[in-house]
Amino acid sequence: MSLQGLKKRKSEVLISVSPMGWLFIFFVIPTFLVIAMAFRSADPYGGIGEQWTLNTLKDLRNPNYPLIIWRTVWLSIISTAICILTAIPAAYYISRIKKKYQDIILLFIIVPFWINFLIRIFAWKVFLHPEGMFKQLLVTLHISGPDSLLLYRPEAVLVVIVYSYLPFALLPIYASAEKFDFHLMEAAYDLGAGRLQAFIRVFIPGIRQGLLTAIIVVFIPALGSYVIPDIVGGPSAEMIGNKIAQRTFIDRNLPHASALSAILAFAVIIPSALALTRRFFKEKNSGSLGI
Amino acid sequence: MDDFLIFDGISKSFSNHKVLDNVSLTVKKGEIFSLLGPSGCGKTTLLRICAGLEEPDSGRIILNGEDITDLSPNKRQVNTVFQNYALFPNLSVFDNIAFGLRISGMKESGIKDEVYKYLEMIQLTDHARKKPDKLSGGQKQRVAIARALINKPKILLLDEPLAALDLKLRQRMLVDLDNIHDEVGITFLYVTHDQSEAMSLSDNIAVLNEGLVEQVGTPTQIYEAPRTSFVAAFIGDTNFFEGDVIEVNEPYSTLHIEDFTDVLVYNDKKIRKGDRVYLSIRPEKFTVTLQKPQLPESYNIVKGKVEEIIYLGYHTKYWVRVNEYLIETKRLHDRYMLDEKMITWGDEVWLSWHADYCYMLEQYNMEDEALLTLPDEEIMAEIESESGEDE
Repeated sequence: MSLQGLKKRKSEVLISVSPMGWLFIFFVIPTFLVIAMAFRSADPYGGIGEQWTLNTLKDLRNPNYPLIIWRTVWLSIISTAICILTAIPAAYYISRIKKKYQDIILLFIIVPFWINFLIRIFAWKVFLHPEGMFKQLLVTLHISGPDSLLLYRPEAVLVVIVYSYLPFALLPIYASAEKFDFHLMEAAYDLGAGRLQAFIRVFIPGIRQGLLTAIIVVFIPALGSYVIPDIVGGPSAEMIGNKIAQRTFIDRNLPHASALSAILAFAVIIPSALALTRRFFKEKNSGSLGI
Repeated sequence: MDDFLIFDGISKSFSNHKVLDNVSLTVKKGEIFSLLGPSGCGKTTLLRICAGLEEPDSGRIILNGEDITDLSPNKRQVNTVFQNYALFPNLSVFDNIAFGLRISGMKESGIKDEVYKYLEMIQLTDHARKKPDKLSGGQKQRVAIARALINKPKILLLDEPLAALDLKLRQRMLVDLDNIHDEVGITFLYVTHDQSEAMSLSDNIAVLNEGLVEQVGTPTQIYEAPRTSFVAAFIGDTNFFEGDVIEVNEPYSTLHIEDFTDVLVYNDKKIRKGDRVYLSIRPEKFTVTLQKPQLPESYNIVKGKVEEIIYLGYHTKYWVRVNEYLIETKRLHDRYMLDEKMITWGDEVWLSWHADYCYMLEQYNMEDEALLTLPDEEIMAEIESESGEDE
């Protein structure tokens, strides 16, 4: 390597030192502390005991947990899927209209963020409440029986997660779609593709980066949802986030909460690590072929 | 050869601006037909209408006897080479070329043989696995051509295919395109604003201006016998004259041109005494000499003063002032003598040209004179293009 290359290398290292250090101190170390805590005994006053123990892991065999973890995973997967599938056509149409209308629509997407997240979730509770307007309307229209519940069930959690995270899915997909070269669609039609074929074979791969971002941005927060299931879910729609909060604040059993958090963290880290390594090897392979 | 592609009275407007106005053209099977015109003349719109990417407001398109006006683009046996190539960035060269075959549901084994056949034709077999962003402009262009041709279209549409390439590459691609055309024998509809591209490639050219067809003809017809002042000024350089017929004879008549001289012209149009006539004379038709030449009667001779000279190696351009007229002339140095007395600035010279070299225009529009470049601008343009060629 030339001297100049080395110098460039050196400045790159210098520039990345501070963010890497920040990540290490405030992310990597705390994550390991959380995992380590899972192997400590709990002390009766809500602190962490002195001994190392595997008892907490044994406690995880609580028969409720598989059900709650399963519910957390499927709620997250389905809400992510709904967000993405709604956002793709929406982003497609927004990116096709005139720029000034695009800006107006984007503004409408962002407007709800001016209201506090908690208040918006609470508004849903009011909206879906048995005494609420929506429920009364359904009863009047004989769509819903007076005794059935809209609130406090997994479907309510699903609806509110989709409501909360749809903008987060829409924005990165729109950003990709807006940069997408729509001449490519014309090229696809020209080569014999129908509208749907062109959409699937050309548009979707063209916004791949936005889709990946959208999936990550929706799926990970959905897995860790706590406020939404707490307010509109109730005990029959608990997610793992609620359990972590319960262990921390009510049972004051930090090792147990840590163990649950570690499970959640691994549920995210393992698939991402797999995807990253696969991509790394794929790129390496295609590089060696593309001479 | 019969009429293969017919545009019959095509009109198209975009938000009240008429882009194409009742355009009718016929393209013969197997030829290279060029749509030539300045930007905004509607040539690309006409091409997109042919591809089905744009709908005409009125008129029909008939391809090989079949009315395709209402067919969607994917149902037409027409493929396009887009100006910006429009290669799919996520697909390799191989997959780009295979795209059309895969859509048509061809078996993967057959696709491989077919794609390699075309990769060989464009000489990119070694690049099959590369993504488009790893290719040079010329290579992308060839991939775009192969991707279109592999579907065996009845007609290949090319939308300014060489516009994004540099001069040297453009000239090589012109030869490549011509060779490909000879090899596949498919009809080409070629859109360009570059007259030299159109001239060197086409069997026939349609010159378009503001949504109207100005003239259709072979490159020679368009250059030697322009029908309108626009064509005369847009294709190559020319000098315009305006005069009145004072004497009609066979085969030459005499015009009186104010501030110039009486000019003998060949009767290529029907004229009567007293008619107002517009003439176009190409710069290379003039002979410039220091001594008054002794010539037969069918020649015109006029005296002027050299105002501007540009030496370009293989030829020199002189702008000669004759009263109000600044006449552009070109002199080829086919027998250049170093001891010959040079023509320099301010010299009095004689311009002579044969009466056959004057061409009468059917239509004349003053504004078209703006298309003629004045000497100073010309210098810059020429110097740029000359230095480009030397590289």
